[in-house]
Amino acid sequence: MLEITTSHYVVLSAMLFVIGLVGILTRRNMIVVLMSIELVLNSVTLNLAAFSYQHSDLTGQILALFVIVVAAGEAAVGLAILVALYRLRGTTDLEQASELKG
Amino acid sequence: MDFLLVNGTALLFYLFAALAVLSAILVVSSRNPLHSAFALLVSFLAVAGLFFLRHAEFLAVVQIFVYGGGIMVLFLFVIMLVNLHRLQDAKIYGMQWPAALLLAVLFIGLVSWVVAGVQFSPANLSPAALVSIDGEVVGNVEAVAWQLYQQYLLPFEIASLFLLVAMIGAVVLARTE
Repeated sequence: MLEITTSHYVVLSAMLFVIGLVGILTRRNMIVVLMSIELVLNSVTLNLAAFSYQHSDLTGQILALFVIVVAAGEAAVGLAILVALYRLRGTTDLEQASELKG
Repeated sequence: MDFLLVNGTALLFYLFAALAVLSAILVVSSRNPLHSAFALLVSFLAVAGLFFLRHAEFLAVVQIFVYGGGIMVLFLFVIMLVNLHRLQDAKIYGMQWPAALLLAVLFIGLVSWVVAGVQFSPANLSPAALVSIDGEVVGNVEAVAWQLYQQYLLPFEIASLFLLVAMIGAVVLARTE
């Protein structure tokens, strides 16, 4: 019988995390960067659920719920910033928003 | 057939995991943000399936509602609001990809090292605490609700305050003068 252990979940969520991280760091379109942030937060949630099952403790699932709440707020504010940036520049390209670059 | 019955959970895990990873790669690599958004939806639903496999039924349903419903609609509306055609023929990746690659390799190395060194006890533990209140089996939704309102009431209220602040912030940021 094939056994699925917590290690499987840790590796999977690390893969999702890295994919999201690469998206955040490399993509130029701010919409896709925000989607990558959602991917990263989602991988954290998955990890919490896996460890909640491993320790047979509900606290992990509760914390995962709060992570989802924070992700929802972050998406709302991030997309509002995106709309404001688009109004200012007429583009969502992050490489053109470089005033703070040293 | 016997193989399917005995290993059903494991096969479902691999199915959902492959779906989640492949669609996550599509999110990051698609040229059209609309394609990214739909790939993101598939990834969210696959992760919801993985929640079901870890006895987090309430979390799975919340994931489908909040991510698959709310956040997805938000993304689609914003994609509709902004003009997509500006970036179509430009290159989609910026100049930070060497740093990103380095970070990705370092992180994968770190996690592999940790996972290889740690032996988790097999997850055949009874998930009793995830579905019961004080030893009485009631189901995951009731157990989560009990825990949330008994032990984590203050964080719960702070979370609602946080959502209010986020909503006001989003309205103020996106409003026209």
